[in-house]
Amino acid sequence: MNLFSIIDEIEKVDPDFQDRISPRRDAIKNITSFGSKVAVAALPFALGTIFKKAYGQTSTSVVSVLNFALTLEYLESTFYNQGAAASGLIPSADYNTYFKTVQGDENAHVTFLQGVITSLGGTPVAESSLTFDLTAGNGSGKGPFADVLTNYQTFLAVSQAFEDTGVRAYKGQAGNLLGNQVVLTAALGIHAVEARHASTVRYIRGTTPWITSTAALGNDTGISLVNGNYDGEQNITQLGIDCTTLPSEESPSATLVSVATAAFDEPLTMTQVLALLVGSFIVS
Amino acid sequence: MKTETELKNGGVNMARRSFLRYAGAGAAAIGVLTAASSCHKDHNVTASVGIDIGSGDVGILNFAYALEQLEAAFYIQVIATPYSGMTSAELTGLTSIRDHEVLHREFFKKALGAAAIPALSANFSAINFTSRASVLAAAAAFENTGVTAYDGAGYLIVNPDYLTVAGKIVSVEARHAAYIANLITPGSFVAGQVDTNAVNVSATIAEVLPIANTYLTTKVSAKSFNYVA
Repeated sequence: MNLFSIIDEIEKVDPDFQDRISPRRDAIKNITSFGSKVAVAALPFALGTIFKKAYGQTSTSVVSVLNFALTLEYLESTFYNQGAAASGLIPSADYNTYFKTVQGDENAHVTFLQGVITSLGGTPVAESSLTFDLTAGNGSGKGPFADVLTNYQTFLAVSQAFEDTGVRAYKGQAGNLLGNQVVLTAALGIHAVEARHASTVRYIRGTTPWITSTAALGNDTGISLVNGNYDGEQNITQLGIDCTTLPSEESPSATLVSVATAAFDEPLTMTQVLALLVGSFIVS
Repeated sequence: MKTETELKNGGVNMARRSFLRYAGAGAAAIGVLTAASSCHKDHNVTASVGIDIGSGDVGILNFAYALEQLEAAFYIQVIATPYSGMTSAELTGLTSIRDHEVLHREFFKKALGAAAIPALSANFSAINFTSRASVLAAAAAFENTGVTAYDGAGYLIVNPDYLTVAGKIVSVEARHAAYIANLITPGSFVAGQVDTNAVNVSATIAEVLPIANTYLTTKVSAKSFNYVA
């Protein structure tokens, strides 16, 4: 166990880490000077206490949120890696302009989240412990998106669903990271990048870059198979305020449902997200 | 330069102190926005500090309200005087963004109620609204700044419902930002906006407001977050 490398790692993602644990940090550094075996043995416990004090919550729940995020990033990176490797799937112009970046981002998110989880003293979920079926066939390889790696339009549709769902998944975890300057800020930063991807895939597909729902249906993709991924996006009420009653450029007392739904992306809980993925894209 | 650095550092420390104070308050911090009348005096316009966003969650929501006012005013102008060569697809997209930003503005105004800062007057004289390049560059700057602002202020929010709402809006701003970026240069949807981990960069309130103030005739301050215009 290398305590100082852990602290160094955390400082990479949290420049204020020293301030958070100061003056305890000095105490930790001083441990080396007296070299007490008792003190070293107590370090894991002390570390946990420090994290709890520094971040105002136990690191366990934060790690579980991050492992949930890592699971989604494994799925996304696998999807783009296999898509990129599938001969003739992604037109080279689109790959070079768009998907090369998206692929790189998702793989970077995997590495980043693994590093953060490790830095917090957690164990990153192993990719080898997960089996993905990009056809949503729960391991059969013959799910409803059976041609996902041979038909570019199917690939784009699944890509859009993954990105839009990813945005919802990160958003749903924000409350679990409340007040956590390091992890919440990083999660919001990934959340924004997923939204940039979603916008871009939608742009490529020729739909609105934002989710434009009707009063009855959140899903605007035209693919009813993913209705569940968009359920709730039709919400028009924010903090108890019916947004369709607010002023707009067209009316002093009304806003269109299409605007009220598109202007706010809606969250999904961890349970909702896993229900959408496990047994289809994630083999159960 | 030294003063700016001190201000920024002070902002971080002050923000953290505020956070810790609120964290200690726990659930008691959850309340109705309009009940926060004690913050009201902060919003008075004075010659010395202009408008102040206030403190705590109300301050952060007013910060968002100020940015949304600025964005809405910008896109209203964009649609009122379209740049030469605006395609119908661009007109549709930019009109949608205008409508989203106007709704964000109206939403914050309604949610804040009596605690809301006043309507702000914008000055866009630096932007050439007849030029596609000028308008899209400004749009990208507004959207990217908005994303960094929401992402950077998120951890300061105490009420989880407000945090969720901020999250609901910031991803839409990120969608706007990527759309604008792809209009300028296809494929530039994250260019210059992410770190080496592909995580969107963020900014503090004290970093964002000086940028916003360059487009505002009445300057906005954030004393509680250590920024005075």
